[in-house]
Amino acid sequence: DLKSVLSLSIQNIPALRRGKHMGFAWGQGNIFVYETLFKATGSGSPFIHEVRKDEDIYSPILRKLFNESHHIFVGLQTIREDLPSKNKKPQFVSISKNYRSVIRACMEELQQVAGYPLIRSVLLQVSILLAIELIWNLCEVLFIDAAPAGSLLLHLLDWVRLHKADVDEKARDVLQSDSPAEHRDYWDVVVSYVLQGRLDEARQMLGKKATLTPAANNIFKMMDNLLSKMPFYNPGGTQTLTEFDVKWRHWHEEVDRCLQDNSFASNQHLEVLCKILLGDEDTLLEHKDLLGTWYHFLVSRLLFCHPTVKPTELHYYAQSCMTMFLDSRSAPEPLDSILLAAFEFDIHQVIKDCSIALNNWWFVAHLTDLLDHCKLLQSHNLHFGSNLREFLLLEYASGLFTHHSLWQLAVDYFDHCLEFGRVYLELQIERVPLDTERKALKVLRICEQRQMSEQVRSICKIMAMRALRNNRLGSALSWSIRAKDAAFATLISERFLQDYCAKGTFSDLDLIDNLGPAMLLSDRLTFLGKYREFHKLYGEKRFKEAAKLLLSLMTAKIAPRSFWMTLLTDALPLLEQKEVIFSADQTYELMFCLEELTSSLNTPSSDSDKSMQEEDVELTKVELLRLALSRNLAMAIVKEGTVET
Amino acid sequence: MENINAKYVSQKISKTRWCPVSYSSLQQPEVFATGSWDNEDNKVSIWSIGNHNNSGLEDGFEGDPQILCEHKHGGDVLDLQFLDQERMVSASSTGAVTIFRYHPNTHTISVLQHWARAHSYPCDNAPCTALVCSSPEIVTVGEDGRIVVFRADQEGAVRVIGEMRTRMLPPHKESSLKLSVVFVRECRQQHNSRGDLPKDHGGFDGDRAPLHCVDRHPNQQHIVATGGQDGMLCVWDVRQGGTPISLMEAHSAEMWEVRFHPTNPDHLFTCSEDGSLLHWETASHSEMPSFLQGGRNSSVISHGALTPAGGNRPLSSAWLCGDSGKGCLETTHMLPSQTMSVNSLDIIGQCLVCGTDGEAIFVNRHVPV
Repeated sequence: DLKSVLSLSIQNIPALRRGKHMGFAWGQGNIFVYETLFKATGSGSPFIHEVRKDEDIYSPILRKLFNESHHIFVGLQTIREDLPSKNKKPQFVSISKNYRSVIRACMEELQQVAGYPLIRSVLLQVSILLAIELIWNLCEVLFIDAAPAGSLLLHLLDWVRLHKADVDEKARDVLQSDSPAEHRDYWDVVVSYVLQGRLDEARQMLGKKATLTPAANNIFKMMDNLLSKMPFYNPGGTQTLTEFDVKWRHWHEEVDRCLQDNSFASNQHLEVLCKILLGDEDTLLEHKDLLGTWYHFLVSRLLFCHPTVKPTELHYYAQSCMTMFLDSRSAPEPLDSILLAAFEFDIHQVIKDCSIALNNWWFVAHLTDLLDHCKLLQSHNLHFGSNLREFLLLEYASGLFTHHSLWQLAVDYFDHCLEFGRVYLELQIERVPLDTERKALKVLRICEQRQMSEQVRSICKIMAMRALRNNRLGSALSWSIRAKDAAFATLISERFLQDYCAKGTFSDLDLIDNLGPAMLLSDRLTFLGKYREFHKLYGEKRFKEAAKLLLSLMTAKIAPRSFWMTLLTDALPLLEQKEVIFSADQTYELMFCLEELTSSLNTPSSDSDKSMQEEDVELTKVELLRLALSRNLAMAIVKEGTVET
Repeated sequence: MENINAKYVSQKISKTRWCPVSYSSLQQPEVFATGSWDNEDNKVSIWSIGNHNNSGLEDGFEGDPQILCEHKHGGDVLDLQFLDQERMVSASSTGAVTIFRYHPNTHTISVLQHWARAHSYPCDNAPCTALVCSSPEIVTVGEDGRIVVFRADQEGAVRVIGEMRTRMLPPHKESSLKLSVVFVRECRQQHNSRGDLPKDHGGFDGDRAPLHCVDRHPNQQHIVATGGQDGMLCVWDVRQGGTPISLMEAHSAEMWEVRFHPTNPDHLFTCSEDGSLLHWETASHSEMPSFLQGGRNSSVISHGALTPAGGNRPLSSAWLCGDSGKGCLETTHMLPSQTMSVNSLDIIGQCLVCGTDGEAIFVNRHVPV
């Protein structure tokens, strides 16, 4: 796709021998590459190599980013929809700040890790995070906070200050030296302060120089005066924007007069400062190295030329500043065009450019989601019917699903994609490898909470088959009960019964004893449960109830025909008891069952490959039964016919 | 809830355990161990919340856990217990049981002993699901349905007990005797090395959800609390068996761990897949009405009551009062909402530590007990 072509980089696969052909297959978020031969001769290498595009999700420090931002994301989704938007704006701003602080925390940790020797890849990650935070901050100022004229400039100043930390470092160096005013960076620091609008600090610095050169006291005092009188807009105050504008113009004229009067002619540095205060472009451009970036140039220029800039006017200034600043280079870097798009309030362009430039959907997905909540994205239907926010979130979450551990986060993202999220989740959740029962339980819980019965069934079947393979019938049965899978439950019950016939005892008694209503899942299972109950009753010497149960198993056709012989054989000891257990009616029924059974055994269709011995055993059993039944019948008739006196 | 902060640790935490402190010193615990799961490389780590830095820190950062050391672990950590103050044992999803030793001076962990196939199927690995320590013996249970007893200093298994065929639950130890009560899914069997207790208590008639966790009252050994797949907290009286004394709807998803407070057993803690950690308190001794007690409370009505037979309860604990009318139980949520599944918790004194699937550890040092 277009994205990966644009961010193309050559990746050598060291294990493949040079000159060999390479075959490949797309995976999810990765490619499988293998050595292949177009002609089917010679030997090949038996290895498959996996090339992953996105290494970020495997970085331990960046993982914290994913987890923390997931937490913020989920919190964002639950903000109530019915509040009016002006109440929600501070909430959105604070959520945006939360996201940014998470990015910063990651950055700081990465910087600590980068240490000495400097690890290139880590530094690369740090610089990417820096860029992300820069863009996000600008988007927060322009789109989410949507500051009007006046406060707009103040926010932009904060933005620039936050991202130009070297000024403070330099200032620290200067102040810690023996004679700060003589330090070679001294004037750089002062100019930098002024460029960032930090006039109080500039004045403090200037004060140090002033004390050193008492002869020039006058002009230092003048400069100090100018600096102290520069008006800054106070959004919370009573002054309106027009009043501020008027005041600012007066001040600007005063500075201009100072310059025209050549008041600062004796000190070249102060004259430069004066020109900066007037917003002279050439002077500003002379200090490119101190400004560093065109957007710093932009903000400084606005500060000293047009502090009441309106949001809609920004892009004119942005474009011209960029052109002026970057005249030496041919094409702007991706970051520059993204910021320019932001100044032009073209949100879609920002998102598009970011998607192309970054290798991970994290940033665009979360930013778009936040902007969507602020109702800033027009519903912009893409070709496949879902909207931009959902598309990005789905891409991001699908990427998470390829991670062995972060897949759990992805579930929440899918939940909040209303159109396709569920489908994606259904497809992905079945592919999570189920190494342990505990993991399977968690996956199951996810599916059950969302009523994904198909997936529940398939997961339970996987676990049940695994249990069966290890001969753990009880576990297999409990999995199929959970899935409400009648067919499988029948299969397992058959195994149980076969086991019983083979060994004479039951395994997993505890499970069968406590089936409860789950017994009704399948006929075979019901029979198993009831049969076990029969054994229990027998064991507790509750013979009458046991007998009744046994009979009902046959007459109610719960027992499979193949098992009747076993049941009747079980009835033998009951028939042989001194006390009459089966009543006459019951005995008749038993006889009837026996006849049914023997008649079906005698039909020509019964398998003829039974050995002679088996047939003998069968015949003997039947004989014994008939004898016992007749005896019992006799005793029963006598007993029932006797009148109790 | 102000006292609790999340620390993100880049691994899903399956178990957290406080390192035991000697009872003579009244210190609060400072060191805890965690085990991870579902990673390509799982780890066992030791953390400390002691005050390393100067006291100029704000309260919020005071308890921030710092990692001291970690060690690779093959397979998910399914259970982790401390043998004594320096040694801990882990149960792995590969069926292995390992004893680690933590060296506090050098902050390293070394492997003391490793039983690679403590539990296995003929053709597969069987995860070792739980273990219990009563130094020097270690009793482990696994999905293969066997109970194996090891000794910390011996190479092979001391004894292999039983072929119980359903999934096993965490066994729980009785501190004085070498008894282990093993709760098997949907049934209870009490196994005793002296063999003088009944073998089978029979199943229970109430709910039939699988159990995941069990804990015994520290002083009154007949009281047992269990939690299971349906998130219900059940309190049982082992002497009576059969039916739980009380059933409480604690959580909306599986309950992973339940713990009585070791020194103040009127308090109980449960954590669950639904992302909540509840602090249960029997208010039988306090006269204060519940609405005057702070925190995010929700009184829970306990139902399914079964009054103990015989009616004489001079020593009965408040846990056995199943009477809903008294409203003798109250619960508090201990974590901020919308956390992912809380897999494990541990409490000593006033310090609570828990770990979640959101790859975060929460430590609270001022639990009101």
